Amino acid sequence: MDINLTLIGQSIAMIVFVWFCMKYIWPPVLEAIETRQKQIEDGLAAADRGQERLVQARAEADEVVDEARRQATTILDQANARAIEIVADGKADGSKERERQLTAATAEIEQEANRAREELRGQVSAIAIAGAEKILNREIDATQHEDILGKLAKEL
Amino acid sequence: MASEGGHGPETSGDYISHHLQNLQVCKADSGEWVWNHCAGNPLAINVDSMFWSVLLGLIFVLLFRNVAKKTSQDKPGRWQAVVEIIVEFVDSSVKDTFQGKSRLIAPLGLTVFVWVFLMNLMDLIPVDWIPALSKLAGIEYMKVVPTTDVNVTFGMSISVFFLIIFYTIKNKGITGFIGELTLHPIAPPTKGLGLIAAPFIIAFNFILESVALLAKPVSLSLRLFGNMFAGELIFILIAILGLYQLPLHFGWAVFHVLIVTLQAFIFMMLTIVYLSLASETH
Repeated sequence: MDINLTLIGQSIAMIVFVWFCMKYIWPPVLEAIETRQKQIEDGLAAADRGQERLVQARAEADEVVDEARRQATTILDQANARAIEIVADGKADGSKERERQLTAATAEIEQEANRAREELRGQVSAIAIAGAEKILNREIDATQHEDILGKLAKEL
Repeated sequence: MASEGGHGPETSGDYISHHLQNLQVCKADSGEWVWNHCAGNPLAINVDSMFWSVLLGLIFVLLFRNVAKKTSQDKPGRWQAVVEIIVEFVDSSVKDTFQGKSRLIAPLGLTVFVWVFLMNLMDLIPVDWIPALSKLAGIEYMKVVPTTDVNVTFGMSISVFFLIIFYTIKNKGITGFIGELTLHPIAPPTKGLGLIAAPFIIAFNFILESVALLAKPVSLSLRLFGNMFAGELIFILIAILGLYQLPLHFGWAVFHVLIVTLQAFIFMMLTIVYLSLASETH
């Protein structure tokens, strides 16, 4: 148990081991640890960022859907209004057309009636001429003429 | 055990002292190198202590170097995980205690911790195995736990002691070091009649502070030595008991696992604390 040269030997051994550890063991191992810590830190930060971005994206998507819904409603409303308008237009057009056709038909009918009247007048003139010829041909009494004339007048 | 074999030491006392004897080599007065007749010779070397401590130190250094060489970020192996746990543990201990920057203190702490732990761990090998084997090989004495040799613990604590002095001088200058030894705890008066008393106060401070300074390496080494020596001695005493030793040995070994780790940790921690105190600037 006495102190002897072992003490010096042990000190030297310790110095050598500590030096070796300081030079060749500690730096690479610590670097590995620190690199890993950095990686983990970065990974967590990235995960956080991802989470944030997800929330943001969700909000954005909601917004887009809302906007689309709003637009759809507007479009639908516009379409409805347009349809009503078209129907109304159609109705107006229809009644105008009917009016027009009615007027045209009325005019035609009148024209037709006029023509028939003209024809009738012609025929009446012809009949009058024929009656006059008959009267001239028979040359009988005035009573008879009167008779015929009365008949003609009735025919008119 | 002692009573079993015919070839071993005769009595329990012989058995114990045989186990506590280092394998020594020294130069005798006649000028020859002799084995085991070196009592009191300050130039003797405890070959077994040196052999085992250097072997365990080499195991530590090679194991850790092997891991350090091929550290991998993507696929850390099991050894890397173990080494990283130990390194991180030491690193956080150092960072908790030592505020300054030093490239030496953390590796020193790591070396001290693992090395002392490995040396202490030799205590858990049953006390007769290696001595019996070495006896077969013709080696008379074999003490396998280097930390039960006071030379080994003192060797380490004295290195720490010189580091304390080195760091004190480096951080506070030679005047700071002398001031620390002489101006505490009682500040000597600097003017008036008190000047007469100043040398005595300085002398008083010096004695007090020198003792405090020298007590650091002494307590550091004797704590480790005392714990491990006592543990070893109890293992040897248990080994004398014959068959009853088995449960006792197991119980003490379980308890000793705690001491082995704790003493290694304390040695490391105190080393760090002493050095951080030395680097602390007021």
